[in-house]
Amino acid sequence: MSKAVSALEGASFEGFAKVEETGLRGMITVRGDLDSKEMAEAVKAVNGAEMPAVRKIVHGEGGSVAWMSPDELLVVCAYEEADAKVAAMTEALAGQHALVVKVSDARAVFRISGEAAREVIAKLAPVDMSPAAFPAGEFRRSRVAQVAAAFWLNEDGSFEMICFRSVAQYVFDLLSISSERGGEVGFLN
Amino acid sequence: MSTRLASGGRLLNKGKQLKFSFNGKQFTGYEGDSLASALLANDQMMIGRSFKYHRPRGVVASGSEEPNGLVNLGEGGKFEPNQRVTTTELFDGLTCTSQNHWPSLEFDIGAINNHMTRFFPAGFYYKTFMFPRFAWKHVFEPIVRQSAGLGKAPQDRDADTYEHFYAFVDVVVIGGGIAGLQAAKAAGASGAKVLLMEQTPHWGGRAPVDGGEVDGKPVAEYIDGLVAELQAMDNVTMRNRMMGAGVYDHGYVLGYERVNDHTPMNTGPRHRLWRIRTKQIITATGAIERPLSFAGNDIPGVVLASAVRDYAVDYGVSVGDRTVVVTNNDDAYRTAIALKKAGLEVPVILDARASGGGSLADEAKALGIRVENGKGIAKVKGGKRVTGVVVCAQAGQGAMLEEIKCDAVAMSGGWSPVVHLWSHCGGKLIWDDAQAHFRPDAARPPKGANGEGFVIPAGSANGPLELAGVVADANAAGVAAAKAVGQDSSVAAPAVAEAAEAAMEPVWLMPQGAGPELRIKAWLDYQNDVKVSDVRLAAQEGYESVEHTKRYTTLGMATDQGKLSNINGLATLAGQLNAPIPEVGTTTFRPPYTPISMGSIAGEARDAVFQPLRRTPIHAYHEDEKAFFEPVGHWRRPYCFPKAGESHADAVKREINQTRNSVGLLDASTLGKIIVKGPDAGKFLDMMYTNMMSTLKPGKCRYGLMCNENGFLIDDGVVARIDEDTFLCHTTTGGAERIHGWMEDWLQCEWWDWKVYTANVTEQYAQIAVVGPNARKVIEKLGGEMDVSKEGLAFMEWKDGKIGEFDARAYRISFSGELSYEIAVPASQGRAFWDALMEAGAEFGIMPYGTEGLHVMRAEKGFIMIGDETDGTVIPQDLNMQWAISKKKEDFLGKRAQLRPFMASDDRWKLAGFETVDGSVIPDGAYIVGTGVNANGQRNVQGRVTSTYYSPTLDRGIAMGLIDGGMKRLGDVVEFNKVDGSTVKAKVVDPVFYDKDGEKQNV
Repeated sequence: MSKAVSALEGASFEGFAKVEETGLRGMITVRGDLDSKEMAEAVKAVNGAEMPAVRKIVHGEGGSVAWMSPDELLVVCAYEEADAKVAAMTEALAGQHALVVKVSDARAVFRISGEAAREVIAKLAPVDMSPAAFPAGEFRRSRVAQVAAAFWLNEDGSFEMICFRSVAQYVFDLLSISSERGGEVGFLN
Repeated sequence: MSTRLASGGRLLNKGKQLKFSFNGKQFTGYEGDSLASALLANDQMMIGRSFKYHRPRGVVASGSEEPNGLVNLGEGGKFEPNQRVTTTELFDGLTCTSQNHWPSLEFDIGAINNHMTRFFPAGFYYKTFMFPRFAWKHVFEPIVRQSAGLGKAPQDRDADTYEHFYAFVDVVVIGGGIAGLQAAKAAGASGAKVLLMEQTPHWGGRAPVDGGEVDGKPVAEYIDGLVAELQAMDNVTMRNRMMGAGVYDHGYVLGYERVNDHTPMNTGPRHRLWRIRTKQIITATGAIERPLSFAGNDIPGVVLASAVRDYAVDYGVSVGDRTVVVTNNDDAYRTAIALKKAGLEVPVILDARASGGGSLADEAKALGIRVENGKGIAKVKGGKRVTGVVVCAQAGQGAMLEEIKCDAVAMSGGWSPVVHLWSHCGGKLIWDDAQAHFRPDAARPPKGANGEGFVIPAGSANGPLELAGVVADANAAGVAAAKAVGQDSSVAAPAVAEAAEAAMEPVWLMPQGAGPELRIKAWLDYQNDVKVSDVRLAAQEGYESVEHTKRYTTLGMATDQGKLSNINGLATLAGQLNAPIPEVGTTTFRPPYTPISMGSIAGEARDAVFQPLRRTPIHAYHEDEKAFFEPVGHWRRPYCFPKAGESHADAVKREINQTRNSVGLLDASTLGKIIVKGPDAGKFLDMMYTNMMSTLKPGKCRYGLMCNENGFLIDDGVVARIDEDTFLCHTTTGGAERIHGWMEDWLQCEWWDWKVYTANVTEQYAQIAVVGPNARKVIEKLGGEMDVSKEGLAFMEWKDGKIGEFDARAYRISFSGELSYEIAVPASQGRAFWDALMEAGAEFGIMPYGTEGLHVMRAEKGFIMIGDETDGTVIPQDLNMQWAISKKKEDFLGKRAQLRPFMASDDRWKLAGFETVDGSVIPDGAYIVGTGVNANGQRNVQGRVTSTYYSPTLDRGIAMGLIDGGMKRLGDVVEFNKVDGSTVKAKVVDPVFYDKDGEKQNV
């Protein structure tokens, strides 16, 4: 490994919510039969996490696992651990029809925090961001304005959002514009 | 004259004076004023001129239905035309100017049209501008363009910001009058999540102005209580200054929030467009008073009776000192009573009904107001303002009974429910004979996915006009909405004191027998100058459909969309057609309810975030080096890297010469990379590509073509087999997402039982092409464990390993014809790898090349480019690529289509190379001319150029193109046309201009 840098090298903006690029993160796309016991064991073995329910993310000791589609998971872990986890999951799923591929470098990750963080996302994504509909552990694969994105709510009230690396600047600009002071909506909290 | 009264003005804060200007005149108003009330308080009766005749126009209404009071608002980046003064809140420093006049509001040359009224009948434009044909372009259109339009177009960039907001609720209540409040309470009490929106800054609507008693209290007090109750409910959100703009399928509602229109000095967005999903919608949108059609009903000072009352009670403004009230219903008596109580003169109430009014009429008479039943206005006297009215019998033809001096007329032709939002998504209407209006037909609501209605009209928007009926109906609507979303509400409607009102009588023309002289001055549509005479003429000329009449006369086509004129217009049409009104029907109600700003529709999408711009990990280098970019999809790719003072052509030449002679770098990160994995991956790729992919050995690469079902080429690229089960498919830059979607489409919809997974890993890698005779030396200089020698990594092989300290996957593939490695590293290491290559290559003069260099070099080699040699109508056979079409495979996408006689025919334009005889470059898009002309007199053609460049390597123009006969034409000299009408001669040659045997790439 050499001189790996994230797309925006930790850019941040503070408006009525705080927006930060979190830096490099390990990510693995897993496709396969999510109902199989091999898949459940593979997830457990590499992340210590349970299989997530539809539109959920679960956090384990080795990282997090999010539900992406009926046959797709996203594993989120430390950047340095992604290769080892890919190898371990591939091993655990040997003989199964499955795809395990590292996508850490294809992505950018943002944290959105603050009292009204929900409203920043609700300006961009067609998702019910109310506390009742989007509790901690909720995960959504959706869009923000004109690009694909996925996001979840952490226990500490902060959101994390992932997008493709090539549009990191666009998404950072969107989040910054949407959290500018004076733009508080007062609907979701 | 209009003026500010000493008392009244329940919405004003008289402690705070605000300054504003109109046409440069400095005025003052109070906090809480609308621009309309503030202008009237300063006796500015005339605000603009009408569209067609440039007649003087003053406010006629007090709300969003206003057709006349339009101004150019603001200056510079805050300028916006056609802003309604009635819905513009006054703020300190507001500036506005009147519209549609020249040279001044008071003296307007266009008003000459007014005296030519006879010569501008309905359909004037259609009738006049037909002949002679040439005159439209050279005479009529320039004149029409000069005089058309109301406000001016903005000249500057919009200085404000806008945004969207997505909200999800159970019940949306549109309208915050007493009906909306009561409905929200009834729905909210069930626990349902309710969003209540009101377009004005105030809650309660017009009930406090109209008065009455609810629950034993004055209605204003009851409303205050309701607002307080709702504010205390956690599940109810109240937003004012937010209009329900449109109702769409599946419970989708657009809410248009004017966040900072009234506080332009604040930071934050000006408008916010709410995109709401809801289960139920309650439209408590109220009703709009109709004007009466009498001669001169458009003169400034003739105002809706309810608006006269609003200005007096809400803003403490009198429209005139002496106001004649003319009506066909009891409600207008409230205006007379309110004015009288405010100390103003009401010389007479003209009630068109022979039998007169009910208890309100008695109250008026008791106050000493003269009431004349069965009377109407023959005509209004005055020009730029009202000076008097001529009184006549409603039943007659307008013979003068007396003339009464006055400076204002308060008119009421009855009330029409605001059915727009009910109708947007298909709610149907029924005609109510008693009230002479259309109201929602509860049996035919707009229906949702479950077949049930999802819009419930409430209050006067549903027909009831008296307070008791309004409140009871609204409460029932709230209870019904709660039930529809699976909740229970037990809120009961409060007791309301009943008023004994006499029935209204429809009056569509005043007086009933008005002759042509009066009808031609009786306005229906104030903004577009459509009169009773115009609609009658349209009917006489055969326009029976209300939709046709609307377009022919322009009735209801102005910025107010006929909120005041539609019902009067179609009643006039029905009268002339001798048909019942419901048979004539209404025009279509379309969103938005009133115009919404373009900015709110765009939301945040402007400037830097107008469109996503995709950047490779090496993009910053390109920017630092001042690359000239070209858009490729949403990417910006360097076209070339010009040095100071260097032309683009010279830069391209330099980059190519360096690459061919030593070594160059290309940022190829944008190329699509799709992983295809599974036991059936080979079988799947055999279907996707025309070539055989299943026989490819791990460690090897193969170039492949993709066609659609119709046989046409859609993409190409190099496929690398990673292991037994796994392939990596390269696509074109623009094809990455499209081809991934194409693959998933076939896997999910057609071959769902095949065991194949795909993943788009395009952005996981930065991919850099190291190209040229010294490419290997540069890579070897970086060190690392990877053997990149001819034997260690042969042409069309790939290998994983360390190059220097980088995690690399190197492909020995070449799109330039040179020794070439395309090396993928994790995107996060991309910039470092690029920098390392630049440093290692310094001794060889290494430099980056752009997409133009890439194109020229591939053209020199005769390699095709998707989008140049293909255009959606080209099959591989047209490009002499039979070698890439497997004959062993049973099937592949496009195979069947390519067997069709026309596709298999030799008689198609096929690929060949071209060399100009004089060495020049053939223009882009040139056709190869044939002999003779076609049926349209155009020159016949026999082919066209697809790629044409100056080749620095050969120092001459080279081209590829499609020509009838293809390579069979070798040696022919043909002519390509040029823009100047001349042609350029070119010889048909082999399209491979450079290193035909491929020795250079295979070293």
